[in-house]
Amino acid sequence: MNWLTLNWPQVIELTRDHLLLSAPAIVLSVLLAVPIGRLAHRRPRLGGAVLGAAGLLYAIPALPLLIIIPVLFGIPLRSPATMIIALTVYGLALLVRTAADAFGSVDPRVREAAVAVGHSPLGVFWRVDLPLAVPVLLAGVRVVAVSTVSLVTIGALIGVPSLGTLLTDGFQRGIPAEVATGVIATMALALLFDALLIAAGRALTPWTAKRRERLLPRAETT
Amino acid sequence: MNLFLDALAWLADPAHWTGPGGVPTRVLQHLAITFAAVTAAAVLAFPAGVLIGHTRKGAGLVGAIAGAARAIPTLGLLTLLGLALGIGLGAPLLALIVLAVPSVLAGAYAGVQNVDPEVTGAARAIGMSPRQVVFQVEIPLAAPVIIGGLRAAVLQVVATATLAAYTADFGLGRYLFSGLKSRDYAEMLAGALLVAALALLLELLLAAAQRIAAQRITAPAEDTAEDTADLPEIPREKERV
Repeated sequence: MNWLTLNWPQVIELTRDHLLLSAPAIVLSVLLAVPIGRLAHRRPRLGGAVLGAAGLLYAIPALPLLIIIPVLFGIPLRSPATMIIALTVYGLALLVRTAADAFGSVDPRVREAAVAVGHSPLGVFWRVDLPLAVPVLLAGVRVVAVSTVSLVTIGALIGVPSLGTLLTDGFQRGIPAEVATGVIATMALALLFDALLIAAGRALTPWTAKRRERLLPRAETT
Repeated sequence: MNLFLDALAWLADPAHWTGPGGVPTRVLQHLAITFAAVTAAAVLAFPAGVLIGHTRKGAGLVGAIAGAARAIPTLGLLTLLGLALGIGLGAPLLALIVLAVPSVLAGAYAGVQNVDPEVTGAARAIGMSPRQVVFQVEIPLAAPVIIGGLRAAVLQVVATATLAAYTADFGLGRYLFSGLKSRDYAEMLAGALLVAALALLLELLLAAAQRIAAQRITAPAEDTAEDTADLPEIPREKERV
């Protein structure tokens, strides 16, 4: 605790850095995964190839990826852009499958009914498919958020500051309190993201609240 | 793109393929620590997973272990253990075992638990002892999912084994860290490409093994059986360094 009282301004600053690396990566991977997942769901043949590629992409370890990406994109190694691209690639590799599953979870009869009452294809996507896909999609985004927040710490190894800096610096200087602070702060940040995503999910799917209330008593009797 | 050519030139240099710091030695070290960690995790977690899947008691324990392991950042685990155990192989090996346990446990548990109860019921009805049911019915039928758990564990560990070089002079990660320190981008990139290639190779091999195991179960007599589509999937939720 003594270490923390002396160094909390640094911890706050690194937490901010950590947030600025993880939040854009999470948002970008969702924005990219939804259209790709939708395409994979609508065109199963193409989708199979896309999902296979995503699986292989996910097999590439992150630290090597952090070194390969700057060369591919022509950006400096120790830049936030390197981190955000690498984290987005990972988030995407995980989320594309979930997004395809999420659109697959929408009852086709609901979609047909929406077309029958006169929704345009775009209207079906925005007002029917996407909202109904939210619960499955959100489960995937929560996994990606926790994994991304954890993964940001690896950036400290190539010199991109984040809460991971506390891990490498504490290790090199032999200060267990610093390392423990880094671990706990990272886990707390992951929990915070998770709580925010659960709240966002409730707000985006108000119909599930009513269903929960209706189903709960029945569920208890089984 | 020029840097890729430099990395390829580094890889083509015969001087980098011999001696204690040569590529073959480093690859073997990397594979050895991966194998050791996954084996130790399997010895610890496999019997527990099978037992939980067979008795269907303690499933909450699996969830709790997987949840706790998922939340802690891998680098944090490694540096904490490194401070506790000192420089050397002990800390990374222990960290890798901790990382491999949840996947092996989940694979064994999910595989055995997913065996059709009618099949185990029939096995009991023809007079099989509980031991025979476990070893001759449940484990063989669960093989594809068990291999899936091992596959997830191996991938997790082969990636994280790169970090072993952070606390010990061991494995392919050495090229990354020494290249970082001396700003030798060719060495760093060559190391990165080697780790990525090794991970992809293991992924493809284990995916093939899983497919073969699944085929033997769904259609033992023919080779035309379809893919592993309806197998329960091992959640790959842990961040992969």
